Amino acid sequence: MKAPATPAAARPDAASGPGSGSGRLWVGLLPWLWMLSFFVLPFALIVNVSLSTPELAVPPYVSPFAGESGAPAFHPDPSAYRRLGDELLARGAAGAERQYLAAFANSLLLASLATLCCLLIGYPFAYHIARARASARNTLLMLVMLPFWTSFLLRVYAWMGLLDSSEVGLINQLLLALGVVAEPLPLLYNGGAVLVGMVYSYLPFMVLPLYANLVKLDLRLLEAARDLGARPSIAFLRVTLPLSRRGIVAGSMLVFIPAVGEFVIPDLLGGGGVLTIGRRIWDDFGPNQDWPMAAAVAVLMVLMLIAPIMLLHRHGRAREDGP
Amino acid sequence: MNGLRGWGGRAWLLGVYAFLYVPILCLVVFSFTAGEITTQFDGFSLRWYAALAHDAELHRAVLLSLRIGALAASAAVVLGAAAAVVLVRFGAYFGSRFFAGMMTAPMVMPEVVVGLSLVLLFTHPALPLLSGRGVLAIWVAHATLCAGDVAVLVASRLREMDRALEEAALDLGCPPLKVFFVITVPVIAPALIAGWLLAFTLSMDDFVLAAMLSDPGSTTLPVLVFARLHHGLKPEINALATVIVVVVSVAVLAANRLLLSAQRRGALRLR
Repeated sequence: MKAPATPAAARPDAASGPGSGSGRLWVGLLPWLWMLSFFVLPFALIVNVSLSTPELAVPPYVSPFAGESGAPAFHPDPSAYRRLGDELLARGAAGAERQYLAAFANSLLLASLATLCCLLIGYPFAYHIARARASARNTLLMLVMLPFWTSFLLRVYAWMGLLDSSEVGLINQLLLALGVVAEPLPLLYNGGAVLVGMVYSYLPFMVLPLYANLVKLDLRLLEAARDLGARPSIAFLRVTLPLSRRGIVAGSMLVFIPAVGEFVIPDLLGGGGVLTIGRRIWDDFGPNQDWPMAAAVAVLMVLMLIAPIMLLHRHGRAREDGP
Repeated sequence: MNGLRGWGGRAWLLGVYAFLYVPILCLVVFSFTAGEITTQFDGFSLRWYAALAHDAELHRAVLLSLRIGALAASAAVVLGAAAAVVLVRFGAYFGSRFFAGMMTAPMVMPEVVVGLSLVLLFTHPALPLLSGRGVLAIWVAHATLCAGDVAVLVASRLREMDRALEEAALDLGCPPLKVFFVITVPVIAPALIAGWLLAFTLSMDDFVLAAMLSDPGSTTLPVLVFARLHHGLKPEINALATVIVVVVSVAVLAANRLLLSAQRRGALRLR
């Protein structure tokens, strides 16, 4: 990371401020130890449990490190991964329900669609906020954030009432009253309902980075494009869009990554039919008591998410160093 | 910008704001129904607010959530501020990039994974000191989750800060620790307050971590609400939502005004 180019910081080790000598060590030790204990170590435990044998016990697994004589030994049991692989690659019994395959496919599809919808709705939205009067921008942004600060669960609950598939569902009431449909539509408990819930919940994550990027756009570039004869649509495609690429990537990853692992929205709006990775982990961890399988699914999901996370990290960093 | 585009833009803004606010408005409207159905208005009544006022189980859950939220936010501010100092002021050292990744990863990691990992930690047979699931585990989870958010907020404030102030104090013989509390903390105070509020909100709002890490004695508000959403819907939940919306709106407006004026005063004083 580059140091900011103020004269003070340009001086080599300009006297340290709050972190000199032993003080420096103590300041650094606290977050280092905390995050190693409560983020990195637990993560290693997931990998460990994914390689252990399920057992009816508390906790319900036998660690691969459990030696008979107390001597350190490591006996990994890849059976959870084998079961998962068999299921995903259809090597199990013919005609068996392939719930894990459905979960991975649904999660990736729903997260991709939610990201796309958030981008299509959020880009023009962020663009017009960024072009609004400077005095209005703060209020407009706060109006985006306000629902985000109220309860997430209750906002999902609101959609249960709106989408309800019986004649008392709010959208169905409206459609029936207008005579658009004769029978109430089955709006709730399907993939579409989950998609709507995700777009609704994650839209602010898309809008904020896009806005931060678009508000910094140098309008003189657009004037130059116009003076040189570019139509507004061409100027947008050749100037605005490429310059806002970082905002697009950051916003998309901020929607996509949590959407892949989402549990609450598919559970409340998806009904029994929409299996997702988040629900699989939840069920294997909870009712099924198959912790090695839950851990193996979690490991596989994190492996899938490494590329998007690195992308987000790089663009976040680039934004700090950039103009 | 021509007129047509202006109108289109305004219509788009209006449409998206309607998308964001109509569902919340519906919750509020049907909290005043006299009937039992959450989507049909059967006359005006405040009966569901009365039910809310007499719901002891709910009150316990709210109090527990407030307590965990305040404690977790305070821990997250201490952790996040220390992490921001490490990120901004320590320069590059062995492991500095790993540290940056470690601080920000919990912010993007799916919650089920973080929750599962912490359950494995707190129920690990070799770590009896950690006392299993419960309030302590939820507090640790929320502090860990929010520390990164606080660190990002404080770090950007630290980067903008004029270091000449600190150096002047150091040159005049002020001890480093005192410099930090007398000069640095007041300058980054808006970020600390914003970070505390953000962490408090995230903690109050979190369902997944709290549910995975809760034992029967530690039912937070979201855990209780989720259980009730699975056991039949009642307009009482709408009344609860209305109370939350009103409280949050007032708090956000007040905090926004306070932070803006503090920033303005700070900027004037430092100039």
